[in-house]
Amino acid sequence: MRSGRESGKPAEDGRSSPVALTVNGVRHDLTLDNRATLLDALRERLALIGSKKGCDHGQCGSCTVLLDGRRVKSCLILAVTLDGRAVVTVEGLAGPEDLSPLQAAFVARDAFQCGYCTPGQLCSARGMLDEVARDWPSAVTEDLTAPVELTDAEVRERMSGNLCRCAAYPNIVAAIRDAAAAR
Amino acid sequence: MSAPPVGAVGREHPRLEGRDKVTGAARYAVEYPVDDVTYGWAVPAMATRGRITRIDAAPALAVPGVLAVLHHGNAPRLTPGVDQTLFLLQEPTVHYRGEFVAVVVADTIEAAREGARLVRIDYDAEPHSTVLTEHHPDLYRPDTVNPGYPPDTADGDFDAGYAAAEVRVDATYRTPAYHNNPMEPHATTAHWRDGRLLAHDSTQGSTPVQATLAQLFGLPPEAVRVIAEHVGGGFGSKGAPKAPVVLAALAARHVDRPVRLALTRQQLFGPIGYRTPTIQRVRLGADADGRIEAVCHDAISQTSTVHEFAEQTAVYTRSMYAGRHRRTTHRLVRLDVPTPFWMRAPGECPGAYALESALDELATACGVDPVELRVRNDVTVDPDSGQPFSSRNLVACLREGARRFGWADRDPTPGARHDGRWLIGTGVAGSSYPARARAAAAAATAAPDGTFEVRINATDIGTGARTALWQVAADALAVPADRVTIRVGDSDLPAAGVAGGSMGTASWSWAVIRACEQLRQRLRDGVVPAEGLTVEVSTADEIRGQRPLARYAYGAHFAQVRVDADTGEVRLDRMLGMFAAGRVVNPTTARSQLIGGMTMGLSMALHEEGLLDERYGDWVNHDLATYHVSVCADVERIEAYWLPEEDPELNPAGVKGIGEIGIVGSAAAVANAVHHATGVRVRDLPIRLDKLLEHLPAR
Amino acid sequence: MRAFRYQRPADVAEAVALLDAEPDAAYLGGGTNLVDLMKLGVQRPDLLVDVTGLPLDTVDTLPDGGLRVGATVRNSDLAAHPAVRRDHPLLSRALLAGASGQLRNMATTAGNLLQRTRCVYFQDTGKACNKREPGTGCAARHGQNRDLAILGWSEFCVATHPSDLAVALVALDAVLEVYDPGGAREIPVAELHRTPGEQPERETNLPRGALITAVRVPPLPFARRCTYLKARDRATFAFAVGSVAAALDLDGDTVRDVRLAYGAVAHRPWRAYRAEEALRGRPFTAELAARAADAELAAARPLPHNGFKVALIRNLTVRALTGLAAAVPR
Repeated sequence: MRSGRESGKPAEDGRSSPVALTVNGVRHDLTLDNRATLLDALRERLALIGSKKGCDHGQCGSCTVLLDGRRVKSCLILAVTLDGRAVVTVEGLAGPEDLSPLQAAFVARDAFQCGYCTPGQLCSARGMLDEVARDWPSAVTEDLTAPVELTDAEVRERMSGNLCRCAAYPNIVAAIRDAAAAR
Repeated sequence: MSAPPVGAVGREHPRLEGRDKVTGAARYAVEYPVDDVTYGWAVPAMATRGRITRIDAAPALAVPGVLAVLHHGNAPRLTPGVDQTLFLLQEPTVHYRGEFVAVVVADTIEAAREGARLVRIDYDAEPHSTVLTEHHPDLYRPDTVNPGYPPDTADGDFDAGYAAAEVRVDATYRTPAYHNNPMEPHATTAHWRDGRLLAHDSTQGSTPVQATLAQLFGLPPEAVRVIAEHVGGGFGSKGAPKAPVVLAALAARHVDRPVRLALTRQQLFGPIGYRTPTIQRVRLGADADGRIEAVCHDAISQTSTVHEFAEQTAVYTRSMYAGRHRRTTHRLVRLDVPTPFWMRAPGECPGAYALESALDELATACGVDPVELRVRNDVTVDPDSGQPFSSRNLVACLREGARRFGWADRDPTPGARHDGRWLIGTGVAGSSYPARARAAAAAATAAPDGTFEVRINATDIGTGARTALWQVAADALAVPADRVTIRVGDSDLPAAGVAGGSMGTASWSWAVIRACEQLRQRLRDGVVPAEGLTVEVSTADEIRGQRPLARYAYGAHFAQVRVDADTGEVRLDRMLGMFAAGRVVNPTTARSQLIGGMTMGLSMALHEEGLLDERYGDWVNHDLATYHVSVCADVERIEAYWLPEEDPELNPAGVKGIGEIGIVGSAAAVANAVHHATGVRVRDLPIRLDKLLEHLPAR
Repeated sequence: MRAFRYQRPADVAEAVALLDAEPDAAYLGGGTNLVDLMKLGVQRPDLLVDVTGLPLDTVDTLPDGGLRVGATVRNSDLAAHPAVRRDHPLLSRALLAGASGQLRNMATTAGNLLQRTRCVYFQDTGKACNKREPGTGCAARHGQNRDLAILGWSEFCVATHPSDLAVALVALDAVLEVYDPGGAREIPVAELHRTPGEQPERETNLPRGALITAVRVPPLPFARRCTYLKARDRATFAFAVGSVAAALDLDGDTVRDVRLAYGAVAHRPWRAYRAEEALRGRPFTAELAARAADAELAAARPLPHNGFKVALIRNLTVRALTGLAAAVPR
C-alpha cells in the first residue's frame, strides 16, 4: 500500500533530513521534510492512521502517542527531532491476539462514541498509568510527598488533556479504573 | 407477528466497531489508502465583506511541491443549487470573513499549508454588520423556521392574559455563538476516475452529499459515490454537505489526482456552521400557585447573506407547558457572518434554556418548588396543535428523577448552603424533543448458509446506529444476531436520510424491520437460491400515512453545582437525567448518548462561547485552547436513566430517538442550580466566573 | 510553515554560535509553543537549533539547599522530582496547574519561561498586533480583552504572560544561568520578562542569541509551606484567568517574610513587592492580607472587559495567605 509519495522531494537543500524512527517495534528509515510533524509522518508516510489529527495544535490530545514510553502530543513534535527514538501508537497497544486490558475495558465500558479521540485517550491512559506507577503527583494530589492513590479525581485530572466531544468521560474513567485494577 | 426467539433489542451490547476503534483500524475520511494522493488546503477570506480584486498565486506556486491554486478565476464550474454556501470558488464575492476563496493543492501537507499562507488576495472591502442585537434595523420575520415550522404562533390573548396574571416573569436570556467542534474536523478524500466521483467524506449522511455533488457537478447521482464508514462526530455540523467535499472534488478534478482535504480546527469556527447567538425574551403570567395562564417567547437570531437558516428557538415553548394565552415569534437578521446551522437540538436547546430558566424564576416568584411547578403545568393535549400526545411522561421523569437525585426537602432559599468556600445549589429543568421519522430504504439478503446481510445507508457518527440496527434486524429476522451482518455508511447502499433530528434509529430501523419482515415472508415460500434472496423496501408511503399525533420524548435534568465564593468559578458536582424516550434498543450506547448530550449542555452553560470581534467579524477564540469545551475533570458525576415506555404510535421499533433530548434543558438545570447556590441569576450564557464575581458578597 | 534547516549542536557554545550566525534562527526545546506558532505563521524561522540533546537535563540539589534545574528538564520531570516536591513544592504546584500531562512531558523549563502570550490577536496573523508585527496596532486594546492585562500594559500591547512556572520562580527569587556570544551570565527571573512599553516585540531582556542553560532556585525553607491558586474557565487544562503564588513565614502572629506573585495580570509574571512590603513585620490578619493586595492592585488599570480581575486577584491573595497562616505552627 502506498500512501503519499514515498520519495518526498526535499523542499530545498538542507530542508529535509534522514530520520531513523522505530514505530511499534519496526524501524523505518525515512527522509522527511523538516516541517513534518510526527503525526503527519505517521499518518501520511507510514499509513499509521490510528493517531488522529483533531486540532493540530496540542489542544485536544487526539494525536497522543508514547515516545520512549512517555505520552506526548505527536502534532507538536517535529519528526526530524526523533532520529533513533521509539514511538508506540494505538496500533502498537494490542497483542497479536488480544486487545490490551485498556482497549478491552474501553470497549466493555463504551468509553467512546465516534471513536476519533479514542486512540489518543488510550495512549494517554497507558502513559498516565505509568506516571502514577512512578508516583508522579498531579494538580489534585493533596500531599506531594506521599504515594499517589489512583482515585477517580486523579484519573479525571490526568486525562483532561484528551478532549472527547461525545463526552464519554465517565466511561473513560471507569474503563481506566478497570484496567488499572487488572494491572 | 410472533415473539422472536432471541431478543437482541433492549440488551446491552458493545458497539460492533468497538475493536476497530480501539486498535486504530477504523478509517475516517482522509485515512483511506489512495495512490498518487495530493493534499488540499483551504484558504479563508481575510475580508469581512466585499469583492476579491486580485489573486496572486505565484508565491504559492513557487513553493516546492505546490501543484495548483484554485480560485474563482480558474476552478471548474459548478451548477448553482439550493445551498449557496456550497457554490464555492465561483465568484469573487466575499460574504464573510473566513469564507473559503481558494484551495492550494500540493504533494505534501507541509507544502500545502505553506502555499495556502502565500496566496496573495486583494479585496475591495465594503462596510459590514456582524453583531446581533435586538434593535438591529434589519430584523425580519422569516417565512419558516427550521425545519419548516411557522415563524409565529398565537392562541388566546397573550397581552390580556399576561396583564391579568397574579404573578409575572419578564426576562431576557442570551446565548452566544456555539461551535460544534466534533473531534474529527470536516474532511474529504475526493477521487475522480472515468468521469465518476468517489468521495470519502466526514458527513452525517452520504445520500444527501451524493445528491448535492451530482447536482453541483452536473452528474447523474449514480456517477457519484460517497462513503462515510466512520465519522468522528458531527453534532449537526455534518448534517448537510459542507465546503470540504466540494473543495476537494473541485481540486481533484483540477489536478486530476486524488485530493485529501481536511479543515483545520481554526477553520471549523464559521464556514461549517455554528449555533446562532440568540436573544430571547420570555414572559410568563401565572396564578399565585404557579399555574401558567399566559406565555410568550420572542426569539431573535442571526443568519448570513448567503443562505437563510432560521433557528426554531421558541418552538419548544409551543408544546411544553400549559397556558391558555400563548404567543411565540421568531425574528432574524442577515449579517455578514457565516451561515449558522444545526448544532445538537437546534431550537429546542437554546429555547429550553430560556423557558426552563424562566420557569425557575416563576417558581421562585410564586414560592413553589420548581419540580412541583412543572408538574402543575403539565398538559394532556399539545397546546400548539391540539393533537393528543402519542405518549407524554414528563411528570414521571420529574418525579422519578427527583427521587433518584434526592430532591425532596430541598430548601429553596438561594445562597444559603456552604461547604467551606463553596456555595452549593441544585436546579431542575424539563426537556422534550420531537420524535419524528423520515422515509428510508433498506435491503435484506438471505444467504443459503443461513446468514443474513442488511444494507442501509445509515450513518454511524458515534451514536451506535450500526449496532442498534443490527440488533433490530436480528429480532426482525428472528435469528440469533451473530447470523446477521449490517452494512451502513455508503451511498451505494439503499438511500437513507442523515443522522440528525434524533430520527436516525426511528427512520432507519423502520426500513430495516420492513425489509427483514418481507424477507422472512419470502423465505416461508421456499429455499434460498444459491445467489441468495434479496428484498428491498422503502418506508415512504407508510410514513406519509402516520396518524396525526404529537410525538415527543421527554426528560428531566437535575444538577448540583458548587460556586467558589472567592473566584466565582462554577463546578458541577453531579447531574442526573431521567428520560422517557420510547424503547431503548441498546442501553449501552443509549446511556452514552444521553450523558454526552447532558455534558454538552453543561459545557454550554459554563464554558463555551464564541467571542466575536465586531471589527473583523469573526470569532477570535477559534481554537480548542481558547474556546473551552468541558474536559474530563469538569464531569465529576453525570448519570442518565430512562423509564420503560411503550408507545405503539411511533414506529415498528417503538423508539423516540435520544441524540438530542440529553442536551435540551441541561444548561437550564445548571444555570438554575447556580442561582440556587448564589442568589445570582445570570441570564447570558456561559456563566463564567466574572459574571458571578461582581455579585458575590465581598469576602 | 516555512521550510527550515535543522541543526543539533554538540554543545552550548555551538548552539549559541549557530543562532548568532543566523538572523532567522530559533532554539527548539519541547516545541509545544514554537511548533504551534510556526503552524500559525506567527513565527517563521529559517533555522531551528535543537537544544534538547544538550546536557542540560538534570535537576541538582545545591550544597546550600538550593536547586539547579537544567534548561531542558521537562516540566513533568521537574514537577515530579523528589527534591522539588519536598523542598520547593511551589514549582511542582505551579507546573502541575498548567497544560496537560502530555504537554508537560514535552515542554522544557526554559521553554516554559520563554513561551509567548496566548492573546488571540497575537496568534492570528490576520489581525493587528504590535508584538507580532510592530507598527500594526493592538487589536486587543479595544477588542476582546477579558483575559488580558490589568497591570503594566501600554497602548502598544495588553498581552499577558501565560506561564505558571514563571510566577513561582519570580516569587522564589530564582536566577537564570545564561550563555550568549559574550559568555556566561546570570539574570534574575524577575528581570527576564519586560513590560511592553513601546516595544512589545521585545519580550525579554536576554541578549540576542542567548541560551538559557539553567534556572537556580535559592534555598527558602519557609517556602515549603506555599500555595499556587489558579482561577480558570474550566476545571483544568486552561490558562489562568488569574493566579497567585504565595509563601508565608510567621513569627508568632507577625509576618517575618512573605513571597507573593501574580500570574495572568501583566506582560510578565508580577511579583507583588508592594503587597509583600505591606505585610512584612505586621501581625497577620485577613484584613491585612486584603490591604496588602489593595496596595499592590492600586496600580491596576483594567481594560474594558477585565475589571473583575482586580477583585479576583485580591480574593485569591487573601485566600492564599489566610490559608497559609492557618497552617503555620505558631
